[in-house]
Amino acid sequence: MSKFGKITRRSLLVSSVAVTGGVAFGYYKYKKPYENPLKADALEDEVVITPYIRIDQSGVTVITPRAEMGQGVHSTLAAMVAEELDISWQDIRVEHGPASRAYYNGAILEDGVPFAATDASFMANAVRDFTHIPTKLLGMQITGGSTSTPDGFEKMRIAGAAAREVLIAAAAAKLDVSPSSLSTENGFVVSGDKRLPYVDLAVDAQKFDPPTSPLLKDKNSWKLLGKSLPRVDMIEKCTGTALFSLDVRLPHMRYATVKMNPHLGGEMIAFDASKAEKMPGVEKIVSLDSKGIAVVASNTWYALNAAKAITFDWDKADFPIDTHGMFAVASSSFHNKSPDSEFREEGDVESVFAEFPDQIFEAEYRVPYLAHATMEPMNAVAFLSGGVLNVWAGSQNPTQILKEGESITGLPRENIRVHTTYMGGGFGRRTEMDFIKYAITIAKLMEGIPIKTTWSREEDMTHDVYRPLAIARFSAVVGGGKPRAVDLKIAAQSIRVSQMGRLGLTFPGADSSIVQAAWDQPYDIENFNVTGYRVPELLPVGSWRSVGASQNGFFHESMIDELAHRAGVDPMTFRLQLVTHGPSRKVLDAAAQLSEWGRELPPNHGLGVAFTLSFGVPTAEVIEIANTEDGIKIVKVYAVVDVGTALDPRNIEAQVISGINFGLSAAMMGEITVKDGKVEQTNFHDYDAIRMYQAPDIKVKILENGEKIRGIGEPGTPPAAPALGNAIFAATGQRIRELPFNKHIAFV
Amino acid sequence: MQISVNGVVHDVNVDEDMPLLWVLRDELAINGPKFGCGIAMCGACTVHVNGMAVRSCSIPIGEVRGDVTTIEGLGTPDAMHAVQEAWVEHQVAQCGYCQPGQIMSAVSLLRMNPAPGDEVIDRVMSANLCRCGTYPRIRAAIKTAAKKLRGQRVEEEDS
Repeated sequence: MSKFGKITRRSLLVSSVAVTGGVAFGYYKYKKPYENPLKADALEDEVVITPYIRIDQSGVTVITPRAEMGQGVHSTLAAMVAEELDISWQDIRVEHGPASRAYYNGAILEDGVPFAATDASFMANAVRDFTHIPTKLLGMQITGGSTSTPDGFEKMRIAGAAAREVLIAAAAAKLDVSPSSLSTENGFVVSGDKRLPYVDLAVDAQKFDPPTSPLLKDKNSWKLLGKSLPRVDMIEKCTGTALFSLDVRLPHMRYATVKMNPHLGGEMIAFDASKAEKMPGVEKIVSLDSKGIAVVASNTWYALNAAKAITFDWDKADFPIDTHGMFAVASSSFHNKSPDSEFREEGDVESVFAEFPDQIFEAEYRVPYLAHATMEPMNAVAFLSGGVLNVWAGSQNPTQILKEGESITGLPRENIRVHTTYMGGGFGRRTEMDFIKYAITIAKLMEGIPIKTTWSREEDMTHDVYRPLAIARFSAVVGGGKPRAVDLKIAAQSIRVSQMGRLGLTFPGADSSIVQAAWDQPYDIENFNVTGYRVPELLPVGSWRSVGASQNGFFHESMIDELAHRAGVDPMTFRLQLVTHGPSRKVLDAAAQLSEWGRELPPNHGLGVAFTLSFGVPTAEVIEIANTEDGIKIVKVYAVVDVGTALDPRNIEAQVISGINFGLSAAMMGEITVKDGKVEQTNFHDYDAIRMYQAPDIKVKILENGEKIRGIGEPGTPPAAPALGNAIFAATGQRIRELPFNKHIAFV
Repeated sequence: MQISVNGVVHDVNVDEDMPLLWVLRDELAINGPKFGCGIAMCGACTVHVNGMAVRSCSIPIGEVRGDVTTIEGLGTPDAMHAVQEAWVEHQVAQCGYCQPGQIMSAVSLLRMNPAPGDEVIDRVMSANLCRCGTYPRIRAAIKTAAKKLRGQRVEEEDS
């Protein structure tokens, strides 16, 4: 499928980033490596061979360019280095690198190009490669988009192999033998019966230039990659010793909280803190740029408590005051003069509709806003002292913190240090800068005192950047057991416009997230249009695990299911007839086998299937439910994914299970609503997620037929909602076209 | 006010309405119990008072009667409790933020019921939220730990 209709109209995301970012780039500058950020900080007895490896007397430390938010990426990136460097797994130590352009994520924009992931044409690959230029020049050290594994797969192995070569070179010089006579084993260079530890060779190894394209091991000789390894962060996380930003403690630190305008984007007209100022532990109450206030106290609880006692006069936001009004705006966006994107235009839908006007079937689907609701509420520690700003934060975007720090404090970048901690969940929320900007602003007001700023859960829930609400409408004609013509229209807010706006940038061009995982699915439908419509800005929106695929997977796969039933064809068979992409077919086939699709089910049970290709990973999920007297019970989930190359099967399984539970939580009960201009839900009592009693048994199968290696943090999420909805239809005959499902049907 | 945490008695000078969680965290610098919701809905702050699981975010320090145990008092990286070992064996944690609370709830459950079935595990553990959805592995780890702890008990009784 190498079809792309209107390339000239779609200013590419990639070029717009380059232009709006003000980057003048040339090939030379692109090729030139960034300086190794570890060198400036290296202690006398530490050797840094590449930006990813530090060796000192106690051993080897892998410096990871990406942040650990639960996805296991520290372990997988470390395994890439360890495999090539030849060190044993139990000896490895891992640290997150400093905020540095050297750790740019080359793959982060690849998925935004207007080419389907299944499109391996020259043009598609050329445009994908082109996206690496602005990401490098902007130095975007972003953890997200399921890109850490594909981005790191070469970089980290090359770092390991290059370090191994200079260690061998150092040993060869020391022993006065040829490097080719030497081998390595578990942290030693071996020459006959002599074993030289890496730690003793590291200082000498610095004298040799690491090769830029060392020979990498063949997959067949891997010892660590491809195996399930114990995670490097597991023991810390099971003993309470893992360091989240909430756990950072500095001498004389004070504790702050914020209360910002709940009419998101609105100003604060006035506030009265006279009562709060007299409360125990309170040290200072300050206005934050007329958008809200911060309370600084001797204990977080004192700050949280005092913030509740402050009264405010808030200005209103300029969007409709309730969800109903917002859906009306979304609905009217289908009448926009020009659509946001027309990425899929195949055949001639109109002619078929004109030929069979009586057979056109139409339906409308809706999904609500969703909060990220990470377990760890937003927080950060900032300390401005002696012309140096230190920031500790669980962040998916540490290089951006340098920029924000620069603009808030006026300090040059070299005086700003970012310490990236573990994240108590990210899911896209921690790509944002709001909580970090507040922390730095408060630290500036409290210069000389380290400040930890922690949001209450209520602040976190009501000041998120939400997964957009969205509406899909489709019209279709089926005949002869297949879809003859399908017209799918999707209206959603633009995540990119909202995100870029918060960075002070504009976003020209089409936002592929509006139609992500709808326009690019590997279904061969002869006459097929997918059109995206941009809803004007309402609540701030952001990346939410699997981004546009989170809603479009539901739209597309519910639609396919409806068409299958109308065509009188079994939904699995229907998909297998339409999906032509090889690895995707195999994923569907495997899901049918794993779930024993077609078997006789117990009474009141139903099986639903959904397939989504997102972030390059074909993913099929089959859900079995029971319709019981107490409501719908999810009995079992079967999932099949194709990641191209599976580096750590047990972790991949964990991510798929995690993604499914995240998707099921949203499908069953996730909903953010707005009333009187404010988000209504405030805590886990009214914005809950799946709990243990509802959590199904999930069986995961991993395939490796895809050409490229892929990341797996997100692809498990999109098919969960449609698979559940399709199962509910199979068991009850009720087709629910609006999320969350619990508005229409009860769950056990 | 005095409070015993992990076998150490501390003097604290705070408002007696202050929840135990914030005494542990911001007064005593004990990081294991986490702040998640502040209203006993997520269980990230779970600690033991006299061996029983409680949500420390919702108990005022003035009402704490007994010895407090946090995950730091349960086991250490070099000497883990059987439940922690089971968690590592099953590679349960992802982001890890809720896991100290999950583990404290599981230890308390196994004290009350050394051989819990799925239904009991589900009922008790549903008070602890995990946004990473690690539930299947938590369930498996609790069963492994239960077996191990029953074995230890048998050994103790035999000796």
